[in-house]
Amino acid sequence: MAIVELKGISKSFGQVRAVDGVDVEIKDGEFLVLLGPSGSGKTTLMRLCAGLERPTGGSIVIDGSVVNDVPPRERGIAMVFQSYALYPHKTVFRNIAFPLTVEGMDKAEIRKKVEWAAGLLGIGHLLDRMPSQVSGGEKQRVAIARALVRRPKVLLMDEPLSNLDAKVRHSARDELKKFQREIGVTTIYVTHDQAEAMGLGDRIAVMHEGKVRQIGTPDDIYHYPADTFVAGFVGTPPMNFIEKDGLLTGFRPELFHPAELISDQDPVRFRFRIERVENLGAYSLAYGTIGSVKVIANLSPRLRIREGEERDFGVSRQDVRYFDKQTGAGIRR
Amino acid sequence: MNVRRLLDRESVLAPLLLLPVVLYVVLFIGFPFVMSFVYSISNVTVGNPDFRVTGLGNFREILADKVFQKSLLNTFIFTFVSVGLVLVFAHALAEILIRDFRGKWLVRFLIMLPWTAPIALGSIGFLWFLDSLFSPLDWLLRAVGLLGKPGALFGPMSNLYWFGRPDLAMAAVIGVHVWRLLPLATVILIAGLNSIPKEITEAAQMDGAGYFRRLFQINLPLLFPVIGVSILFATFFTFTDMTVVWVLTKGGPPPHSTQVLASLAFLKGIQGGDLAQGAAVALFFFPVLAGIAAIVLRLVKKAVVI
Repeated sequence: MAIVELKGISKSFGQVRAVDGVDVEIKDGEFLVLLGPSGSGKTTLMRLCAGLERPTGGSIVIDGSVVNDVPPRERGIAMVFQSYALYPHKTVFRNIAFPLTVEGMDKAEIRKKVEWAAGLLGIGHLLDRMPSQVSGGEKQRVAIARALVRRPKVLLMDEPLSNLDAKVRHSARDELKKFQREIGVTTIYVTHDQAEAMGLGDRIAVMHEGKVRQIGTPDDIYHYPADTFVAGFVGTPPMNFIEKDGLLTGFRPELFHPAELISDQDPVRFRFRIERVENLGAYSLAYGTIGSVKVIANLSPRLRIREGEERDFGVSRQDVRYFDKQTGAGIRR
Repeated sequence: MNVRRLLDRESVLAPLLLLPVVLYVVLFIGFPFVMSFVYSISNVTVGNPDFRVTGLGNFREILADKVFQKSLLNTFIFTFVSVGLVLVFAHALAEILIRDFRGKWLVRFLIMLPWTAPIALGSIGFLWFLDSLFSPLDWLLRAVGLLGKPGALFGPMSNLYWFGRPDLAMAAVIGVHVWRLLPLATVILIAGLNSIPKEITEAAQMDGAGYFRRLFQINLPLLFPVIGVSILFATFFTFTDMTVVWVLTKGGPPPHSTQVLASLAFLKGIQGGDLAQGAAVALFFFPVLAGIAAIVLRLVKKAVVI
């Protein structure tokens, strides 16, 4: 069952079309990631769902009713902001309790619910502190607890991990996923970090210039990109593109190997001129050219490759993707 | 050692740069303050070279003086009503001016205008505006039928006689003072409102808080340090001000309906020639203002700053 449906949603700021005719359905309990570069409209799309912006076209349906003109508080939606937006003058307890206080709930009930949410996120011992007295990771948990305490139908998260340092971010990602599965709240998650998107999302919607370019499972997005934008945006280093037989041929750097190592009987072959090799420990990156086009190969560091040599490389035929030269749209063969 | 090398040394440069301020404070604030203290316990008058310390006699006299009591009360009314109105209006204006709308620069310009005019000139403008016979405001009220007819809201007389009636005179003095303080308070509050992260307001919106709950539970507590400073400024400016009162009413209409401490000190000390009593009146500012400053600064320090 779809709990959130966006039908032809558009939002313009003056001349700029921030969101341009987006259709997305989000299923109950699903974790959907909106992925895109900055300025792609992903945050605007989320703010439209939240009710912080009004759409200039289309309709937003939550749980069966159109909510275009419904104020944020009546949509049954909660949001975790990028900066967490905790109230700096309230204790952690009163931060989490705020949405319930607004509803006019009685004190005993509020205490029970706040303790439930705080327990869920393991911040029960912080309730008497001020936001300025807890760490970044703990602030994030407080923000999530505040969002969840009302039992929202939909949880929106706007780059919640981007303010954490790299180490904490990894474990926070893991916990986020675990706990979202546990309570099964429908989640829309905005990020520009493809690793986060791949790791967290049940499905990913890749956005660019206000439009959804592709929506699908992380596997789909990575292996069957709908166009050259998605292919180039997802994956580090990005997909290589070579013009061949009037089409754009795309292949992932980690599937681009010396021809003799490919099990495929008839791989697509290229003459690869290696200019520079970067050994990154777990793997090494070989930068070079095919003809005059720059290409990157992601190789095992054990492979003996010299800078300056030219070798026969290839890609297994099933791993090659084709795109239209003009439009960049993917072509299924 | 040449001058340039000498100026490079902080131990020389710092006192040198501070010197003008220190001189200013000592000469124009410290010295008069000490003098007024000395005067207040003496019998000194403008025309009399005789100087004798008389102890607290002056204070005893002015405390018993009905005019002084009236002025003290007026000063508090004048200050607290003005500051209260300034805060409410400045907050409303700041809320409007942080939003984007057409012609915003014009509104901003008009609101800032009173600030750029010298207060004496502004007050003279109002003196004419509220003139007993030719007030355009009265004319307007007559034109719309609120004044000058039997049964009209403001009475059947052809004029309101702003400076002739005690309550209206006080209202006029307060009104002009609010008009004058509003720009500064608005600018301070705009800066304060802009310093509240947009996400906090939006989070409160998502949490279901309506406008007034956001105002009283989120914005005002966060604005408190800024509002505290505004209150401090507005209170000082109002408590010690005599320009508006002097230009508009000279403390009148009788009996001293709008007399405040500042104008009374001037009246007694300079115009009346009794320097000693004038100084004693003026010294009443000191404990009140120092007390307010201490309280507000302590509260501001305690408040959470983002």
